[in-house]
Amino acid sequence: MATSATIPQTARPHGRAPFLSRIFSGDSLAQALAFSCATLILALTALLVWELWAHSAVAREKFGFRFLTSTEWNPVTGDFGALPFIYGTVVTSALALLIAVPFGVGAAIFLAELAPPKLSDGMTFLIELLAAVPSVIIGLIGILLLVPLLLTVVPPIKDSFGNHPPFFFSGPFYGPSILAAGVVLAVMIAPFIISVSREVLLAVPKDLREAALALGATRWETTWDVVVPYARRGIMGSIFLALARALGETMAVTMVIGNSPRIVASLLASGNSMASVIASEFSEAIGDVYPSALIELALVLFALTIVLNGAARLLILATGEKGASQ
Amino acid sequence: MKLSFRRKAVNAVMLSLTGVCTVLAVGMLFFILGYLFVEGGFSLSWNFFTKLPVPVGEMGGGMANALVGSAKVLLLASCIGVPIGFLAGVYLAEYAGGSYASTIRFVTDLLNGVPSIVIGIFVYTLVVAKYGFSTYSGGIALGIMMIPIALRSTEEFLKSVPGALREGAMALGATKSQTIATVVIPAAMRGLISGMMLNLARVAGETAPLLFTAFGNQFWSPGWRQPTSTLPVMIYNYAVAPYPDWHRQAWAAGFVLLTMVFLINITARSIVASGSSHKSR
Amino acid sequence: MSPDAINDLSKEAAEAPRPMPTGSAPKLRSTNLNFYYGAYQALHEISLDVYANKVTAFIGPSGCGKSTFLRTLNRMNETIKGTRAEGAVLLDNENILEMEVSHLRRRVGMVFQRPNPFPKSIFDNIAYGPRINGMGKRSEMAERVEGSLRRAALWEEVKDKLHKSAFDLSGGQQQRLCIARALAVDPEVLLLDEPCSALDPIATAKIEELLFHIKSNCTVVIVTHNMQQAARIADNTGFFLMGKLMEFDTAEVIFKTPKVKATEDYITGRFG
Repeated sequence: MATSATIPQTARPHGRAPFLSRIFSGDSLAQALAFSCATLILALTALLVWELWAHSAVAREKFGFRFLTSTEWNPVTGDFGALPFIYGTVVTSALALLIAVPFGVGAAIFLAELAPPKLSDGMTFLIELLAAVPSVIIGLIGILLLVPLLLTVVPPIKDSFGNHPPFFFSGPFYGPSILAAGVVLAVMIAPFIISVSREVLLAVPKDLREAALALGATRWETTWDVVVPYARRGIMGSIFLALARALGETMAVTMVIGNSPRIVASLLASGNSMASVIASEFSEAIGDVYPSALIELALVLFALTIVLNGAARLLILATGEKGASQ
Repeated sequence: MKLSFRRKAVNAVMLSLTGVCTVLAVGMLFFILGYLFVEGGFSLSWNFFTKLPVPVGEMGGGMANALVGSAKVLLLASCIGVPIGFLAGVYLAEYAGGSYASTIRFVTDLLNGVPSIVIGIFVYTLVVAKYGFSTYSGGIALGIMMIPIALRSTEEFLKSVPGALREGAMALGATKSQTIATVVIPAAMRGLISGMMLNLARVAGETAPLLFTAFGNQFWSPGWRQPTSTLPVMIYNYAVAPYPDWHRQAWAAGFVLLTMVFLINITARSIVASGSSHKSR
Repeated sequence: MSPDAINDLSKEAAEAPRPMPTGSAPKLRSTNLNFYYGAYQALHEISLDVYANKVTAFIGPSGCGKSTFLRTLNRMNETIKGTRAEGAVLLDNENILEMEVSHLRRRVGMVFQRPNPFPKSIFDNIAYGPRINGMGKRSEMAERVEGSLRRAALWEEVKDKLHKSAFDLSGGQQQRLCIARALAVDPEVLLLDEPCSALDPIATAKIEELLFHIKSNCTVVIVTHNMQQAARIADNTGFFLMGKLMEFDTAEVIFKTPKVKATEDYITGRFG
């Protein structure tokens, strides 16, 4: 019988413990394995920084800080300056934010404050699916759909300004442009702004809303004057996160931005961002300096995204703490 | 005091505007899906799935090699990214404490935020510069991208397993790692699988890291050492080319890729959703 | 309770004669056990004997250290960081503090305050302990599971649904499942930490009855905040107060003619 009154045996005479637990019963072995994987990640990241630093050495030594301020990008003469791409990155990201933030925060407000829970969850699910659309597919739609659309829509608008269009709408327009890149970026970052802002808004304590409503404020006034300011830091954080994402966005931007290394004030001109120039030129970069310059660009991009991501997380954390301390 | 007309009007207008924003956002999704379906769905043919690409002007080409290439690269990426991320996640959730754990989390977040093109450059300098374009280098690049997400989702789901279960196992004589292997991980299995699927769905659409690693190939790429064509890179190449026939194939490929990504995504989410509905007792 | 009353009691505690072990070799013997959570001393010089095949109950107000002491007996306290035990606890003359801990926990099982079945089937819950410890052949497992469920008075209720999830059971059934799970590894001692506090009176009665039957081949140690329960089922009872063992004697003495005033005060409800 399996149970007995005498003191039972403690060794393992007959049975064998299940496979997984036999492997894992070496407690220190299992812990060491898990530990080494965790440490591997540290090592990998350090290696990444090292590789970028080492392989950009040629360019860094040749150009120094001039790299960040020079507008000359000439593979023929070997003179490389990153400013056009920094400009392109900044302008496309700014344009994307200009479009995506009002829409995104607006949608977040609707989903957090107005929509009934089931509808809100359902629509948020769909918006999160939108975030899952690969960049290259947004780019596909951008280049084959958006650009031709802009080609029909923009010239009439431009013409309506007559001989003196505003500076950001001047110059020839061929389709691929900063404008197109800004629009596709907006489509890509909007879902992040919506979903993070919605969560931040949902986390605002109920009593705040009730206090405002009890004083006679309308729904909109409550939301805009009380709830949103309370969640301001978290929403800013979501914008920073979106910006960090926009900086690194490569494919969609490459496909619609026109790929030319110039700085022109007009949105209708073609340009290039840091990520897109690396994507379009790296495989053809010959020699020593050219690839090294592109790798230095990658290093700058890397540094920028770290700073932005760090700031974003701090901001989102700050709103969370404020809520917890009430 | 009656509410002034102006305030009422502002209220109505602004609230409806937010509704409009939401409809636009959601509408964007349906628009993309719809357009891909119309332009791409109808271009799909048996050839697409079975034939190799043909030179411009000829008809009847397909993307069979890209489909196989993507599958190989993703397979290798999963074999690299999932175990490392998973075990590191186990470490953070079950063993580590305090400052080392925070350091790992911080660095992992850093790695997660690195633009995918920079990861591609990294693997290029590390591997491709010495050994040339290859399938395995593409797998390594995507694998590196999978690690941070695998770690975060593993840690989150393991931590959600109640401590009472761990106590129950240890009180029966199980060692710490036996407890983790036979009780904690099985209890978190739904979430873990769902997390891995979402991870896969994300890297399946990545293009930039493959540009300088797997590169591309017009023909079949047997083995792992040769450069290989992959679906996202093909979409890119065909979309920017000036040939309408290639555009048609790009739409078809885009439709296939998006369908795959969405299917994995939706399945992953439904696994977690169905689990939570009968867990609570 | 007023601060003065607490002071009085603690003075009494310091001056009370230490209950000393007597009689034949006990199953578990604790000698001058001190226990610390970091710098805080939770147990002071606990010395008592737990006799084989008897039910020993620990009673006392919240925070008195009875659960802490119980958890020392199978070293579950070690799962909390910063804890430290001084002194000796002997299981059949072996110091448990020097044993291999998984080995100890197979011999000294535990049932917790809230039922904590694994998210597995009923069968797999019971079979978990034997499997992990490599006990018994696979073919014997069904027999072992049935035996454990019978001892926990649960067999009749679940024999037709052994492969259903443990979560399908009611709270009382889940707790009996946890008892069966603990019994499946043939422990010599079964520790129960307020096992009925989350259960209704009927479920409680079922568990009290099965404990009575179990003790014939297992030693039972139970912590309870329910004095009536202790009076019902215990053979020996220890009264804990502020980390000290105030009195340890047969249940009859403790509940009818306690020798220490603090015990009497607690029993009669002057404080709780």
